[in-house]
Amino acid sequence: MDQVSPEIIKTDALIVGAGPVGLFAVFELGLLDIKAHVLDILPMAGGQCAELYPEKPIYDIPGFPTITGQGLVDNLLQQIAPFSPSFHFNEMVAQVEPIGTPEAPLFRVTTDNELVFETKVLLIAAGGGSFQPKKPPIPGIDAYEGTSVFYAVRKMETFRGRHVLVVGGGDSALDWALNLQKVASRVTLMHRRDAFRAAPHSVNAMRELVREKQMDFVLGQVTGLKGEGGMLSGAIVRGEDGMSFDLACDAMLPFFGLTMKLGPIADWGLNLHENLITVGTETFETSAPGVFAVGDINTYPGKLKLILSGFHEVALAAQKAHRYVYPDKKLTFQYTTSSSSLQKKLGV
Amino acid sequence: MVQITFIDAAGQSLTVEGEAGATVMETALKNEVPGIEAECGGACACATCHVYVDESWADRIPAAQPMEEDMLDFAFDVRPTSRLSCQIRVTAEVDGLVVNTPERQG
Repeated sequence: MDQVSPEIIKTDALIVGAGPVGLFAVFELGLLDIKAHVLDILPMAGGQCAELYPEKPIYDIPGFPTITGQGLVDNLLQQIAPFSPSFHFNEMVAQVEPIGTPEAPLFRVTTDNELVFETKVLLIAAGGGSFQPKKPPIPGIDAYEGTSVFYAVRKMETFRGRHVLVVGGGDSALDWALNLQKVASRVTLMHRRDAFRAAPHSVNAMRELVREKQMDFVLGQVTGLKGEGGMLSGAIVRGEDGMSFDLACDAMLPFFGLTMKLGPIADWGLNLHENLITVGTETFETSAPGVFAVGDINTYPGKLKLILSGFHEVALAAQKAHRYVYPDKKLTFQYTTSSSSLQKKLGV
Repeated sequence: MVQITFIDAAGQSLTVEGEAGATVMETALKNEVPGIEAECGGACACATCHVYVDESWADRIPAAQPMEEDMLDFAFDVRPTSRLSCQIRVTAEVDGLVVNTPERQG
């Protein structure tokens, strides 16, 4: 009984994924008085729209002849503001534990940062899965992960006194090369070309340190690793001229952007078909009562991975969710155009 | 119709017909050519449609724009003839184009 239990966040609905469909779910649930918390592995709302194509126009959102990914996200955030959703960013669901009954579902959901939720319904709006760092296809890299190879910096101290090889040419690579230069014994930045996608001031700061011989910059790509028992001793590098050479280092941070992986959702005991969650088209509920899957992550006969399909799906899922959250209340269908009670909720 | 040949890392070759105006990536997906993932759907945002253009073609297709060069930073085993196939347009000029798909898209 000495165990300190984290504070449990109690909610009607927990939405996993803050992409356009997850955001619109807040709206549809909100109209039915279902309060939602939203979590996402990214540091901001918008999912793929914000991470992959914020500036790209989308042409098939009804009512918008053209709108950018970020424009759509901004509009959705404005649209759901009356329902004051609680967002939890940089969080990935690690565990889902059913603690209710099929008639009165209740789930204890724990994230990788140990946030704990207790929710009556769970909406999975996880799109293509969670965005996770791309792992370079270097033979044997798995053996070094967590000891010598890291895809993110959790604690700077991990790198104190080590010779760190940072690989990549974007902001993550430059920022961490600069930050770790202060604690590492040596930082080597490696990139395939002498051009960077990072903020100019970071690039200038890096070049200055290289000039002062406080940091190394090497043109090349890592093709192999050397070491034993998870402890890295060096990298095999193919240089610009195609020749291979060894580079000593005892820690490596590759920054190759993000990719989408289904992740732990695969282990939640839901019926899956080719890494997608199977649902019925009446309620978009999964094989587990109280768990819904909406948007790109679900599949059913005729499914199209369109944002507009996801919008339709959340409206129907919300109807069924209402039965779980308010088992004794009868739900009357209303229009936002004419219902004074809906308009009151929207604050208009 | 324009013919495009995809050769995988094991040397297996597949020639398909592409429609003018489409991209090489779209042509690959439409014809179920293995080795092209195109996770972002052609937004030049993911580098999972990486190909090596055959040496003989490298100078005969329009050069990569800076955005494509930037995105190639996220690909693995990038070589001088590396391109993102979503950024290569199918035109009559590229009839007979040969591209090699990498061992992995990452």
